[in-house]
Amino acid sequence: MSDNKDSNPKQKQSADHKQSTNQKSSTDQKPPANQQPAQTAVLEPKRTSVGHETRRIDGPLKVTGKAVYTSDHNFPGMVYAVPVGATIANGKVTKIDAAEAEKMPGVHAIYHRTNIGQLFRVAPDSTFTAYTDEPRPPLEDDIIRYYGQYVALAVADTFEQAKAAADAVKVTYQEEKPNVSPKLTADDKVKVESHRGDAQKAFDSAAIKLDETYTTASQTHNVIELHATVAVFDGTKFTMYETTQGVVNHKNVLVQVLGVDPENLQVISKFLGSGFGSKITPWSHCALAGAAARKLNRPVKLVVSRKMSFHAVGHRPRTQQRVRLSAQPDGKLTSIQHDYFNHTSMLDDYKENCGECTSYLYSTPNLRITSALSRRNVGTPTSMRGPGAVPGLFATESAMDELAIKLKMDPVKLRIINEPTIDEGLNLPFASRHLIGCYKQGADLFGWDQRDPRIGSMKKNGLTLGWGTAGASWIAERFPAEVAIQLNNDGTARVSSATQDIGTGTYTVFAQVVGDKLGIPIEKVEVVLGDTSLPAGPLSGGSMGIASIIPATTKAIEKAVDTLLTAAVQSPLTKFSGAKKTELALTNGNVHRKDQPSKEGVPFETVMQQVNLNKISGKASSPGTFSGKKQSSMHSYGVHFVEVTWQEELARLRVSRVVTVIDAGKIMNPKTGRNQIEGAIVMGLGMALFEGTEYEPTKGAPINSSLADYILPVNADMPKMDVHFLEVPNTELNEYGARGIGEIGLAGLAPALANAVHHATGIRVRNLPIRIEDLMGEST
Amino acid sequence: MKQFTYTKTSEINSAVQEGSANKTAQQGAEIRFIAGGTTMLDLMKLMVETPNKLIDINHLPLDKIETTSGGGVKVGAMVRNSDLAHHPYIKSHYQVLSEALLSGASPQLRNMATTGGNLLQRTRCVYFRDTEFACNKREPGSGCAAIDGDNRMMAVLGTSDKCIASNPSDMNVALMALEATIHITGKDGDREIPISQFYTLPGNSPDVENVLKPGDLITHVSIQPMPPGSNSTYLKLRDRASYEFALASAAVITQVKDGKIAHARVALGAVGTIPWRSPEAESVLVGTAPTAENFRKAADAALKDAKPQTHNKFKIELSKRCLTHALKLVTTA
Ligand SMILES: Cc1cc2nc3c(=O)[nH]c(=O)nc-3n(C[C@H](O)[C@H](O)[C@H](O)COP(=O)(O)OP(=O)(O)OC[C@H]3O[C@@H](n4cnc5c(N)ncnc54)[C@H](O)[C@@H]3O)c2cc1C
Ligand code: SF4
Repeated sequence: MSDNKDSNPKQKQSADHKQSTNQKSSTDQKPPANQQPAQTAVLEPKRTSVGHETRRIDGPLKVTGKAVYTSDHNFPGMVYAVPVGATIANGKVTKIDAAEAEKMPGVHAIYHRTNIGQLFRVAPDSTFTAYTDEPRPPLEDDIIRYYGQYVALAVADTFEQAKAAADAVKVTYQEEKPNVSPKLTADDKVKVESHRGDAQKAFDSAAIKLDETYTTASQTHNVIELHATVAVFDGTKFTMYETTQGVVNHKNVLVQVLGVDPENLQVISKFLGSGFGSKITPWSHCALAGAAARKLNRPVKLVVSRKMSFHAVGHRPRTQQRVRLSAQPDGKLTSIQHDYFNHTSMLDDYKENCGECTSYLYSTPNLRITSALSRRNVGTPTSMRGPGAVPGLFATESAMDELAIKLKMDPVKLRIINEPTIDEGLNLPFASRHLIGCYKQGADLFGWDQRDPRIGSMKKNGLTLGWGTAGASWIAERFPAEVAIQLNNDGTARVSSATQDIGTGTYTVFAQVVGDKLGIPIEKVEVVLGDTSLPAGPLSGGSMGIASIIPATTKAIEKAVDTLLTAAVQSPLTKFSGAKKTELALTNGNVHRKDQPSKEGVPFETVMQQVNLNKISGKASSPGTFSGKKQSSMHSYGVHFVEVTWQEELARLRVSRVVTVIDAGKIMNPKTGRNQIEGAIVMGLGMALFEGTEYEPTKGAPINSSLADYILPVNADMPKMDVHFLEVPNTELNEYGARGIGEIGLAGLAPALANAVHHATGIRVRNLPIRIEDLMGEST
Repeated sequence: MKQFTYTKTSEINSAVQEGSANKTAQQGAEIRFIAGGTTMLDLMKLMVETPNKLIDINHLPLDKIETTSGGGVKVGAMVRNSDLAHHPYIKSHYQVLSEALLSGASPQLRNMATTGGNLLQRTRCVYFRDTEFACNKREPGSGCAAIDGDNRMMAVLGTSDKCIASNPSDMNVALMALEATIHITGKDGDREIPISQFYTLPGNSPDVENVLKPGDLITHVSIQPMPPGSNSTYLKLRDRASYEFALASAAVITQVKDGKIAHARVALGAVGTIPWRSPEAESVLVGTAPTAENFRKAADAALKDAKPQTHNKFKIELSKRCLTHALKLVTTA
């Protein structure tokens, strides 16, 4: 797909056309569930915007600075809030002295537990509709459980005044030693996540086995757009401009925390400079800004600083995972055991579900997966791109590589040998699984057959090459969604839903879907998102946004079209007057008789004008897939092949080349799709080589809490990236067969890279990130 | 950031005079010059620097790069790092300096950063930069959080039991190898200080980092020509490929005659509490053949007094590999 150029739309068209015929013959393809008969009566080429390399429709707004992000909102009388974070990680606030701060220029108030007013907890929720990882509201008590926990809030006319006042608040603590130890042990009960057969027995009696422990570092999301809230209160109603990956969830949480009725709180988030999971649930600062706006009866802007982003807006927790594998000499796995811990905060049970993919990735009669939590004086962890699977696969896919070496077997072959025929964890058939196809295509593109497995044996331009591979998987699900469509009498359409574009391309793909269904160019589609006054749309999380909105959009369009056709036949003023509705269809933007091609018909706007209709609406919802009994195991898959270069005399490791093949069903827009995978590859490179939030042992502070000290990849670190999609759609999830692609690209990258490092250096690094000292045999 | 007053001047003498009211030119100074501001503003926002007064010296007539009659150069203190790095004479005659500058920071920062400011940039020790932690350099006598803390980036040479912070500069390592001279105008007139005597080791007072006194303004840096036929280079090693401070770096200048090293200048970055000139390595090199074995001997000599902390033992070996490789590059060029 990567050679599809924008400049050659003709070729693109025909490529797409070929694709759709391919899809028809694919084994995965089920008969389309809700195809409109109206659209099949006369066979003619259908205008479609789906599957095209389409530029972001919001791109011009972004590059010209016209896109208004949360903290860009300003209102008359607005004041600035800066939180005061605890400077201990464990203990108690004994005194807050705000006397000096209150007298400083421009200061309106210093809020703390005793004067901010009551804030409430969020009721337990498992449906992701009123969900928060940190249900305790800010300032509920005086106990400090993590460094940076908010203890007060300074509000002043300018940001600088608020910051100066926040710095001047004197907080006295009774400090206890924090526990931020990276060595994890089970503090709570060990939970068995999945088991079959007798893994321990099989392991004990196996001739070939592996027992290793892997760790992944705490990671801070480090989104470029800082978390922010601009809270506007008019005496009754809140309008909250938020950085959120879920306006609806955000609202449902905030109405509880602030204690207001749902109709009195609206959340708006039009553009997001990334979230990576950290903006899925609201954090304490949102409630603080809201509470201050209510107290002062003024708009309040609160932007969480980069440093504070390391404290109180979530992070991916540290994981420690023991993996035990046993195999027969022919490579067949006889057992898998995966036992993992992650750290969580003192109050919240955030689980990093590292075993997410373990139960179904490979065939084995004996398996046991357990999880446990370790409580630490750290802020509440949260989802970070590919939660669970991403750190989990680092452990299991590194272990598979180690096992292949023990077996003297090619690592790709080991995966092929252990490919299951059904999901052995759920005992269900796979809806669509093409992992081996990914391996084969990836190996081909990468040139894997040229690999010499001997350590350090491959050289190029004086550098040692290392080649590694790993597989990946990610869930394919749907959230409930509601979508409204509106046909306008100028030939345009408007689609709206209270979901949001977090920078991934949701605006664009939404327009493509509507354009496809109505047969109109996407320039004629207006997409309205990011506002809770719209019909409730899905969270942008779990890579489920697009999959979730397709069924509701289709149904909403069917309703609107039905109304349009009803109007067309009822009115004496159209040429369809008196016809039967069932004899008509809307194709390529035209209303026409089914027994005639669409070009014989009339543009829908003409029909509307003739009838004197301004707009025609349709609204529909579709259910999520989490509840109810599953009929099949539905996931996406992927494979990375990574080449590193190693220069021992400088201890210099660089990533030179990545080939990635993704099996995520239909790719709605290869341009934004590839962009997701490439971004994930870079993020995986960061996870593997650089990223780690360091909790300082004495005070428990994340000590590298700046963009200079928390090392992320920069442009010069980017490898050559070659991303391919298998594109085998399965229509169980939606009619296009589209699944999510936001997270799958990160899964498996770190182990593929670590495996490549081993191939180059002979050093197996089981603790991420892989650092220079590890490769010098001098890790400390 | 603390409230401060701000003045601007285009006259060297008035800058010096205003600066002379300072009690110290070291940590805790209440009056500070501001040049590019890339260190100064950063530390003011962190409340590590809390001056009452800033004197903006961006308009001083110190922005020229002049060649001297002997073939050397005299660089004004206000010359921006990017202008210095890309200057044709610097590129052709002082490759080590151009390379060192270009390996540092980012293009945007280099466009702001000045020669004088770079000489005085502060350590990146995370504890120094966070006022919640004990730090003898920031607050004399408060202790050193780095010694028992995260000290991966810290120094292994020139440390004391009071401070182990590394000097992060790239440019200054090159200037050490080039034996640059620093020109200062102070309240008692002009003086010149060889860079080897400019920086002071932390010892018992890590808050004092150099020989500057209240009012002292760096006006120029001058560099003598390198011996004819010599080559130079700067090599920087770090975690990621760009935009990061060094874990180890080396500036080397060598002149090879008749198969022997006739002249050698060696300075190391990121391993010392100050930019680290190594006469030990130089004396191993001079008179020997430019072989891998001799380079490694020189590197061993340079690091023989290195004292690792809990997390940075690898820096010793990394620094040796860096120097060895830099010497290889410069003698095979
Ligand atoms: C994100 C980041 C990354 C960086 N990466 C690197 C890197 O990789 N390598 C590297 O070497 N550096 C790096 N730097 C540091 C950068 O090189 C320095 O901040 C810069 O050189 C300082 O110059 P300036 O003109 O901005 O100094 P200023 O901030 O203006 O001043 C610094 C100090 O020098 C004093 N001063 C300035 N001029 C004079 C003068 N003429 N006489 C007397 N005193 C004076 C000031 O009073 C102040 O105390 C980085 C900086 C940042 C912020
Ligand atoms: S190493 Fe030096 S700068 Fe760092 S904390 Fe210790 S005294 Fe301060």
